[in-house]
Amino acid sequence: MITFTVNGSSHAFDGDPNMPLLWYLRDEADLTGTKFGCGIAMCGACTVHIDGRPVRSCLTPVASVDGRSVETIETAENHPIGKLVQQAWVEGQVPQCGYCQSGQIMSAVALLKTKPSPTDDDIDAAMSGNICRCATYPRIRAAIHSAAEKLAYEA
Amino acid sequence: MKRNSTRHEPHDGFVGLSRRQFLGGMGAALTLAVSLKSGIANAASLASEAAADAFAPNAFIRIDEAGKVTVVSSYLEMGQGTFTGLATLAAEELDVPMRDVSVVGSPADLRYANPILEAVFGRPVQGTGGSTAMAGAWNQMREAAATARQMLVNAAARRWQVEPASLSVTDGVVVHEASGQRIAYRDLLADAAELPVPENVQLKSPDDFRLIGAEQGTPRVDVPAKTNGSAIFTQDKKLPGMLVAVIAHPPKLWGKVQSVDSSQAEAIPGVVAVVEVPGDDKIQGGVAVLAHNTWVARQGRGALKITWDDSQALTVGSEAILSAFRDLAEQPGIVAEARGTLLDDAPEGGTVIEAVYEQPYLAHSAMEPMNCLVDLQGDRCDIYNGEQWHTGDQSAAAEILGFETEQVSIHQLYAGGSFGRRANARSDYVREAVTLARTARDQGIEAPIKLVWMREDDMRATQYRPLTVQKSRMVLDDAGKLLSWHWRIVGQSFMEMPEGAVDDSLVEGAKEMDYDVPNLRVEQHNPTTFPVPVVWLRSVGHTHTAFVGETQIDEAARATGQDPYQFRRSMLGNNPRALAVLDLVAEKSNWDTPLPEGENGERRHRGMALRTSFGTVVAHVAEVTLHTDGSYVVDRVVTAIDCGVAINPDVIRAQMEGGFGFGLSFLRQGIVFEAGSVVQSNFNDYPVMRMNATPQFDVHIVPSSNAPSGVGEPGVPPAAPAVANALAAMTGHAYHSLPLGGSVATS
Repeated sequence: MITFTVNGSSHAFDGDPNMPLLWYLRDEADLTGTKFGCGIAMCGACTVHIDGRPVRSCLTPVASVDGRSVETIETAENHPIGKLVQQAWVEGQVPQCGYCQSGQIMSAVALLKTKPSPTDDDIDAAMSGNICRCATYPRIRAAIHSAAEKLAYEA
Repeated sequence: MKRNSTRHEPHDGFVGLSRRQFLGGMGAALTLAVSLKSGIANAASLASEAAADAFAPNAFIRIDEAGKVTVVSSYLEMGQGTFTGLATLAAEELDVPMRDVSVVGSPADLRYANPILEAVFGRPVQGTGGSTAMAGAWNQMREAAATARQMLVNAAARRWQVEPASLSVTDGVVVHEASGQRIAYRDLLADAAELPVPENVQLKSPDDFRLIGAEQGTPRVDVPAKTNGSAIFTQDKKLPGMLVAVIAHPPKLWGKVQSVDSSQAEAIPGVVAVVEVPGDDKIQGGVAVLAHNTWVARQGRGALKITWDDSQALTVGSEAILSAFRDLAEQPGIVAEARGTLLDDAPEGGTVIEAVYEQPYLAHSAMEPMNCLVDLQGDRCDIYNGEQWHTGDQSAAAEILGFETEQVSIHQLYAGGSFGRRANARSDYVREAVTLARTARDQGIEAPIKLVWMREDDMRATQYRPLTVQKSRMVLDDAGKLLSWHWRIVGQSFMEMPEGAVDDSLVEGAKEMDYDVPNLRVEQHNPTTFPVPVVWLRSVGHTHTAFVGETQIDEAARATGQDPYQFRRSMLGNNPRALAVLDLVAEKSNWDTPLPEGENGERRHRGMALRTSFGTVVAHVAEVTLHTDGSYVVDRVVTAIDCGVAINPDVIRAQMEGGFGFGLSFLRQGIVFEAGSVVQSNFNDYPVMRMNATPQFDVHIVPSSNAPSGVGEPGVPPAAPAVANALAAMTGHAYHSLPLGGSVATS
């Protein structure tokens, strides 16, 4: 039995340990905010946090999160940085189709946790693994800077 | 810290409109004569559902008892902002704030036919495409909302025994200034529903617009749900007992299943069934594995042992197709446009520019791979889909099932992008899902089934932007005036065409070009030799004609020593709209002032391109840095656009940014066939633009009082040619074929 927490709640799973975490979250735990985009960690739509770090859940076997803490877009607003990032996304009117944005936000939150005042190069490095076919990138960049400014102000 | 997961109510924005509710709304009100088919709704359900919407004066506007407005969208929201545009139009005429308006997708129904597509196709169709939504809704939605407002005002007037003209409305409250009386819409609904529907309601004068064109107060209606994971796409939709299907398509296009050994797949815990899906002339088909969990279904697919019959399969590759098309490009084709007399040779001191251009098949590769949920129960079929070709898909499903169209209900969900892919004249993936559901039912499987394509399926069983070979020849006089342009385009038709007929989409932008060219001939070949399925991709024929036309104009300008901006200007004397856009982009980009040099030997240059598409004029100027190793980056883009009345300026800017980004990817990507199979499989070998290639944007909207045209597509066509023109200005090479790749020869 694999046991772990998702967004603070206890979960146990005794199915295929090789199943990627993505499909556990979407199909077993009914947390569909985390998206399937490519299945080979090339697009970032499936980004979640494991013990606070961003990972691509489409290539993360569920067995590897045994005893660990998983967080998804559904709990982002319960963290100060997550809430700021979501607000910046709304204020900057970032999403178009919206399908990739859960992953974008989870990557952005992870960036701001380690680099509260990221440069454009930092954003390029942290965010270039997340594809947006609507190409909302300039607004994502602006929203990250905006959230960073608010973070600095609140600190 | 609170650690509990926060669950938002799933926001699919669409749940509310079953056929019963649709009819129910009608029942509460007034307008349309509705023929009730037996088995669909009964009087009792009509009465009870009607209560949910106290006022529904027409098919597009509903107001509930709390005074909240629901706008029914006949168009798909796939990112282009249509829901927000419709909400803006409705809120404007209703005089309510945007926050009181939500938008739901309509069911598939010819009463929601797209007025512009109807004119194009000569028959009513409900579909979203051609950047038509705002153009089509401009009068229709405003009239629907103004009618509702007038009925509510009339109800207040009757209550107070005053003239309707003496009343005004602010934020959903009717006010009689003289007496100081006020009443909210929510308190007038029952009265209004009893009143006759007024004809010829007065629409607002543009001087009175408070939301149309506003920079504040009109945020996108779908953004909150798209930032917290609660927006529901087809991929997320679940029904009780639902099975997920992952399908094995033929490795060579149009191959058929000869035999399948499914024993290993069926042995995987969780696999529920294996279902063969017969392919035909519209769908690939194959073998589907059904499970409650997508991963299990996918594992099951991997364990299938299928022998394929390739006797009807595509066998050729892109090279053979290109070779055949190159030959055709040398032969006279069907004439799409001819005026004046072409010049064979340049006059004394003149110049001839001739080149052959090759562009590959392209995949739409929306972030959400194709998928479709089908719930087949008895004599009813419910389809949940990011629905872009509503009535076409409904008819296709009915045909497969032997149903009347009324027995098929389509529930429109948000689409995770589409770029044209979900509007398919063959209804390919919907047909595949419905065929699968029918076959599964015949095998005794009673469950809703969601067909989910993996990314590789989406890239390989997709329908592609056509590959083209184009030959273009310009003749200029000794003063650099373009005298004659002969342009031949070889590519598969977007739609099935009668033999010898012109596919206008294949030559759009060449046939009705922006420029004044005295002698012009546009020809096409639309061979049907190679059965690669093709379909429109965001901006359709402009995707391939803009690159040819706009780069060859720069090539001609370079060859004759003219500035590309001035050269374009000289040919726009009869096109003041395009000229104004070009002048604006030149001014805002400081075209006449060279860019500062880059560091460490980097060169920097601007390139421009202009294109009118779908009634909207867009010009981009791209500022490009060419590194010494030949790699290049677009630093900044200045855009000018004339789309008529700017309904929502921020949505327009977003579509220009996104349209440029989408078009920029054309420089890097291509779908290649080898021996009947697609080489590319995923984002590792089909590159798309990412954050680290993103320029800054500066978008300028031409003020206009003309009726609005669309913005979803027109940002795309001039993107790649603007960048290619900047590169060509630096390297001296003209780029005739795509993809260019990530670097170019520097000298």
